[in-house]
Amino acid sequence: MTVQSTSPQFKQNATRALNDAQLQRALGNVKQGFIDKRQMAADKLPEFEALRDSARDIKNHTLEHLDLYLEAYEEKVRSSGGHVHFARDAAEAREIILSICREAGAKTVTKGKSMISEEIGINHHLEANGITPVETDLGEYIIQLRNELPSHIIAPAVHLNATQVEEDFRRVHTHLDAKRDLSEPVQLLTEARAVLRERFLAADVGITGANFLVAETGTSIIVTNEGNGDLTQILPKTHIVLASIEKLVPTLEDVSQLLRVLARSATGQELSVYTTFSTGPRRSADADGPENYHVVILDNGRSSMLGTAFEEMLRCIRCGACMNHCPVYHAVGGHAYGWVYPGPMGAVLTPSLIGVDKAGHLPNASTFCGRCESVCPVRIPLPKLMRHWREREFERHLTPATVRSGLKLWGFFAKRPALYRLATRAAMGALALAGRRHGRFAWLPMAKGWTKVRDFPAPQGETFQQRWKRERKGASA
Amino acid sequence: MSSRDDIFANIRRSLGVKGSETIRQQIVADRLERSPRGVIPKRGQVSGEERIALFKTMVETSLATVTEVASAAEVPQSIALFLRNHNLPATLRMGDDPRLKAMPWADTALEIAHGPSEGRDLNAVSHAFGGIAESGTLAMVSGPENPSTLNFLPDNHIIVVSAKDIAGDYESVWNRIRFAYGKGSMPRTVNFITGPSRSGDIEQTLLLGAHGPRRLHVVVVRD
Repeated sequence: MTVQSTSPQFKQNATRALNDAQLQRALGNVKQGFIDKRQMAADKLPEFEALRDSARDIKNHTLEHLDLYLEAYEEKVRSSGGHVHFARDAAEAREIILSICREAGAKTVTKGKSMISEEIGINHHLEANGITPVETDLGEYIIQLRNELPSHIIAPAVHLNATQVEEDFRRVHTHLDAKRDLSEPVQLLTEARAVLRERFLAADVGITGANFLVAETGTSIIVTNEGNGDLTQILPKTHIVLASIEKLVPTLEDVSQLLRVLARSATGQELSVYTTFSTGPRRSADADGPENYHVVILDNGRSSMLGTAFEEMLRCIRCGACMNHCPVYHAVGGHAYGWVYPGPMGAVLTPSLIGVDKAGHLPNASTFCGRCESVCPVRIPLPKLMRHWREREFERHLTPATVRSGLKLWGFFAKRPALYRLATRAAMGALALAGRRHGRFAWLPMAKGWTKVRDFPAPQGETFQQRWKRERKGASA
Repeated sequence: MSSRDDIFANIRRSLGVKGSETIRQQIVADRLERSPRGVIPKRGQVSGEERIALFKTMVETSLATVTEVASAAEVPQSIALFLRNHNLPATLRMGDDPRLKAMPWADTALEIAHGPSEGRDLNAVSHAFGGIAESGTLAMVSGPENPSTLNFLPDNHIIVVSAKDIAGDYESVWNRIRFAYGKGSMPRTVNFITGPSRSGDIEQTLLLGAHGPRRLHVVVVRD
């Protein structure tokens, strides 16, 4: 694995994130913006729920016939003059891309936003081989300057504030007047536009991801708001598309269904500003466009998810709605998850790709409130899949000993209802007695993690079951 | 075993299939052949004036501007006026589109350049393949008539679209593309454009003019 994972240190990462005032301020933007915008877009389209069903069904159908759609797609790309390469894992994908870049004599490579390029760690590999990769999505450009990973799949720099961006621009754009005014976000945008315009025009190769691949026509699709992906793919001589196997959809009609839910779920737009359908290299009469068109199709563990409970995760279209609505993501941000994919989708996907032994904390970082599933445009049962990982983690004895023995103890009582009632009654009585003066505990044995940041309310002496019984009796009387 | 064969073998092993099953092959061939439509929002299923009105409303929702002219002959004057109103220089780049070429540009003071953009043009005009009322989207196809670089490099992009080419939904545009290019074939690039370039990457504040055009202006031609 090339991108170093800090997922095993999730707890430490989360603690650090919770104490980072700057990060907490930036995360406020997630809660405010995305949720309302998505809701408004969904409300404006009466067919939105039906489209979600349709999107789910299209993805399921494609996954069930993935081998055949991949073959059909491959043939179409070839017949339109493009090349298709298959990569089993990250290392193979990196080598394929490097050799295409070398063949093109590339010095600089522009890049459209691609989570898969983060997954395979292509930037470091190109740099190590003397080729300069330039991220062109504004958010990706900013985090590249900071040598960070994206903290959100559609808003990579959502963890930063404008003043931090200003500092980075002053540090890196040293050819510009040191006294220039960068106090407004629009000034930062204008500066990035001018700096990156020169990069676009000079690039030898452009690498983009793909939101979808269409089997019917051999087409790759990118969706952006900035237009950076398009400048990345039409200006250089060579365009490389980097996509994973589950991006396939059968037809242009099918992709139209998915597009209707993608932007609405992601940013609340009717459609993203630029939805671009690319098929092969430039045609003989064309005045612009790339002369070479390569598609690198990555597996990296995905084919093994087919036919398992985690096949449903392969429906994901990377809209980010699950993390936008996640209370855990709101609290700790994306970097705490420790690898490429954060939030609920990351908590399910990361253990599949790098192993539950490394990423076992992630499916535990959930309150199981179910908001992620309720907004997922392709209806992935994210909480259920996180629960599957928890079970596997437990079965494989990866859960810490304290948690295991605690669960065992609870299991012992839970299987013996009479004993359970007796024990809880005793415990509630004792806690009520101990806490009767203040009504709360500022300290409890074995609960320091809780009481350090908030008080634990003292029980009133009755168990839930006792109270339930009493109130039922009262109601029927 | 090559990586390709290995990946296909693993997909088939996981799915519990061989790949040679006739039924599966038929299902796939059938879907690719018939390309069935899914859920089409009612919103776009309107015709005539209503459809054009919806298109214009949705174009404005996407933060682009839109105007209407009675005939193709009025397009140059309309564009000249747009540029003047925004204090933009009277220059304009365009491709070889015969519909644009036939317009009376000489009646204006506009300085016209032809061919793809090298990245230093302020203004460009393209002719759309069609419009989509459902979302206020312009469908552009690549080629010498309307080079794709004109859609992205200039600061101000003007798109001309014929009222008769405005469809209700995306699917209708795909039908026309198939009619023009053949089933299963596509132009090198189809751009769906819905508004001017923007970014929300700095503190989730919406800013126009990220890497593509800062302004998008649409001219609907009746006739």
